[in-house]
Amino acid sequence: MISAFGAGLLFGIGLWLSGMANPRKVLDFLDVAGNWDPSLLLVMGGAVAVTAAAFRPLLKRKPIDFKSSVDAPLVIGAALFGIGWGIGGYCPGPALTALSNLSAEVFIFVTAMIAGGLFAKIVVPAGPGA
Amino acid sequence: MDNFTPVSALAGGALIGLASVWLLAANGRIAGVSGILHGLFAQPPGERPWRAAFIAGLIAAGFAWHLIVEVSVSENPGLGWTAAAGALVGLGTRVGGGCTSGHGVCGLGRFSLRSLVAVMVFMVCGMAATFVMRHVL
Repeated sequence: MISAFGAGLLFGIGLWLSGMANPRKVLDFLDVAGNWDPSLLLVMGGAVAVTAAAFRPLLKRKPIDFKSSVDAPLVIGAALFGIGWGIGGYCPGPALTALSNLSAEVFIFVTAMIAGGLFAKIVVPAGPGA
Repeated sequence: MDNFTPVSALAGGALIGLASVWLLAANGRIAGVSGILHGLFAQPPGERPWRAAFIAGLIAAGFAWHLIVEVSVSENPGLGWTAAAGALVGLGTRVGGGCTSGHGVCGLGRFSLRSLVAVMVFMVCGMAATFVMRHVL
């Protein structure tokens, strides 16, 4: 419990420091035809450098059963997610930590995101997680 | 590219990676934010305490950040678009089994082909949607 809170806290600080919690920063990355900001490549690169180094030994010690299929739900879901991301500039982590903005915009986004997830369960009864 | 911030991007990314490693090492869980959130509201309920704790930490980080940094009002496409975007993100991450953190940070970190495909698809679709929003509409 406490470790999960701490991990969430550190994750959130990383989102703010990196600029991911700022939709404009995200949209400037996605806007390759505009004044392109490549910063998010480095956010992802910095994060993956750490997970790539540490995940393998951790997962070897305590394996997790991951899905590995590249199927239609994966592609369709990722496409829908990408479209929503490109409209609003928020993916789930940044949206949650940006609840602290106390703005109507973020509350509406998060409420719609939870509702969208519940709706998805009716359409595709798949379990959560990557 | 005058808005490029390489140092804070790399440092923030490294913290996100560290947090993901922390959750895997301490809780044996993948830091996929969409999966953690959807699992919190799933029926029947299962393993809610750690999910709620992680999300509480995420939100607390925002309040802590606001105490030390002044956050300027950012881009807002309007509340209708915002609601549509949120619904698509919720639906898509549930159907596709992950988001920028689950497929991106964690999936790429374990060299998953499934996650690599997801990342490429949501990046390209995100770029297309942003292009339409900023340059077409």
